[in-house]
Amino acid sequence: MRLRLAAAAALAVTMTACAPSTSAPATTASGGGPTTGALKVWLFDEPNRAPKEAVVKEAITEFTAAHPETSVEVQYIPVDTRSERFKGAFNDPASAPDVVEYGNTDLPEYAVAGGLADVGPVVSGWSEGADLAADAKASATYQGTLLGVPWYLGVRALYYRTDVFTELGLKPPATLAELATTAKTVRARKPEMFGVAVGGKYTFGALPFVWANGGDITSIDSAQSRAGLTAYTGLIAADNCPPQNCADLTGGKTVELFASGKAAMGILGNFNRAAVDAGAAKGEYAVVPLPGLTAGSVAPAFAGGNNLGIMKNAQRPALAADFLTLLAGKKYQTKMYDAMGNLPTLKSASAEVAAKDAFVKPFIDTIDAGTRFVPLDPGWGKIDASAVLPTMIQKVATGKATVDEATTEAAKLIDEALKK
Amino acid sequence: MSRVRTRAPLWLLLPAAVVLGGLFLYPMYQLGLLSVLDFTQAQVSGGRPTRFVGAENYTRLFGDDRFWSVLGATVLFAAACVLATLAVGAGLAVLLTRVSRIPRLLLSLAALAAWAVPAVSGSTTWMFLFDTDLGFVNQLFGIEGFNWMYDRYTAFGLVGAVVVWASFPFVMVTLYAGIEAIPKSVLEAAALDGSGAWRTFWRIMVPMLRPVLAIVVIQSIIWDFKVFTQIYVMTHGGGLAGQNLTLNVYAYQQAFASSEYGRGAAIGVVMMLILLAVTLVYLRALRRSGEQL
Repeated sequence: MRLRLAAAAALAVTMTACAPSTSAPATTASGGGPTTGALKVWLFDEPNRAPKEAVVKEAITEFTAAHPETSVEVQYIPVDTRSERFKGAFNDPASAPDVVEYGNTDLPEYAVAGGLADVGPVVSGWSEGADLAADAKASATYQGTLLGVPWYLGVRALYYRTDVFTELGLKPPATLAELATTAKTVRARKPEMFGVAVGGKYTFGALPFVWANGGDITSIDSAQSRAGLTAYTGLIAADNCPPQNCADLTGGKTVELFASGKAAMGILGNFNRAAVDAGAAKGEYAVVPLPGLTAGSVAPAFAGGNNLGIMKNAQRPALAADFLTLLAGKKYQTKMYDAMGNLPTLKSASAEVAAKDAFVKPFIDTIDAGTRFVPLDPGWGKIDASAVLPTMIQKVATGKATVDEATTEAAKLIDEALKK
Repeated sequence: MSRVRTRAPLWLLLPAAVVLGGLFLYPMYQLGLLSVLDFTQAQVSGGRPTRFVGAENYTRLFGDDRFWSVLGATVLFAAACVLATLAVGAGLAVLLTRVSRIPRLLLSLAALAAWAVPAVSGSTTWMFLFDTDLGFVNQLFGIEGFNWMYDRYTAFGLVGAVVVWASFPFVMVTLYAGIEAIPKSVLEAAALDGSGAWRTFWRIMVPMLRPVLAIVVIQSIIWDFKVFTQIYVMTHGGGLAGQNLTLNVYAYQQAFASSEYGRGAAIGVVMMLILLAVTLVYLRALRRSGEQL
């Protein structure tokens, strides 16, 4: 009995371990493969996917008309569990898709895992390839190899409630300091509202403050970074967005707060337009670039976005390249803007979109003012997964640590992750 | 002839050995092996060769202050949950033996329902109940705006309550069966000698329930030490600034979500050794006190 119990106890704590594999990296080229059959495509699922799906369906119809005896199977994968899905696809070539949509911050991790094919030849042979914006292309390049075609960009800017601002006689803030005083004014005059919705887990809301002050992720304990972090965490306070409510908020939750009318301002992306229009704030808001330190300047925004790539394990690389260039071309980039509000990466498509829709101007202005990116290093995945930056912000916001202590601790973890 | 005779037991042990080896020894061997390798996503998908790093995963883990504070929190949290689970489970088991049929049926059904609810759904439901602004509990007490997850201890308390809620039915059902198996004559004799309920429980039931209690205690320790779902769901992956991390969630966050499987395996080994040690110490203590298990 004793032994059996001990064995049962031990069995219960045993974790299933995968067998360490030492298989050699696969070396499939991005051309060749059968030109008929089913092409497997993974795209990201979105909260309101229907318009995206409609555009993709249209592209598939065009594609299958031009490629006889082919079909395209699209799977919409949840963003939350994408990492597990991609790892699975890298590990099991048989189940791998041909074309994938992936977030540009995930690039280094996938690149080091050896899962993505070089699409350099595809892009150089593509008539619209030269139209790609250089900084967009750079965000899809890892150590000199182009591992994806930037499909769209997303940047954040400052949304504000025009009705509230008019009522209180406020102007959109011209500097980050003014942003703080404006937010506090709103909160003081309308206690049921938050001035600007900020969150302890909203990394991409906090980073523009750091970047505007001249800091960066890789030097998070520098005086400049600390100044930026002090400004951001100062907003998670009772006179704007109390820590009890805001310390644990993600970026998505700040979107909800602004959309539902609980906040007078929010640092939201162009891709959040549909969510805001679905809420109480519809028709009562405007957007300006998030201001920098001095009037007229713009706080550098994070250039988020998604790329389209071809898997190294793809069964039909040639077909995949054709479908990818179709979907990433000007025609479908503009259609995707109309459907989802995704900013095009092709310069001509971007110009066309800006000309017909005034909403997009502050975002294009933000991009033109210069955007920033997370470190292109597989270590970023670890920094992100182990919540180094949110922990740092939350420690300060809840008074568990000073800015100096929290940034020193975070800097150590960031250095360690990037060094590996 | 004598040779065959000495070998016979070995053959008979083989089926058990194969099952135990396959289900238990082999995964443990793999876990141990992973924990001494530099093994990340790049190695799994073959982008980089696997590298032996010796004790590096362990030295990095033991040199990490965060690990020790998480370990401390896990031990205290698990201990509190085990005690609460046992108290609630045992109390209700005794109650079950004393109430009439219909209440007993209702209580059993309610407990079994709590047991049957998947951990994710259960945790989410409790979160709705304790929601900052819209939660039933906050509205009932008129404390809208009170965020249960903001303070480390209220957060741990609430998560602990959900853990206990989900695990007391096992204790209750097992102990109820044990109590029912105690000869009625013994309890009657105690009652005739003037023993009250409290005294009967501690002096008669507990000693006679020792073997059952041992199973219940060990199970609870293992479950509560490894709690993951409730923490992960209710505190959004470890609470504000990681204040509610327990070892399992920490391992997930630091290792598996970051694809550092070698490091995660090292945490797994440490957890396994702690649980084995606790179990063995407990079993030894039972043996010392004269109970043959």
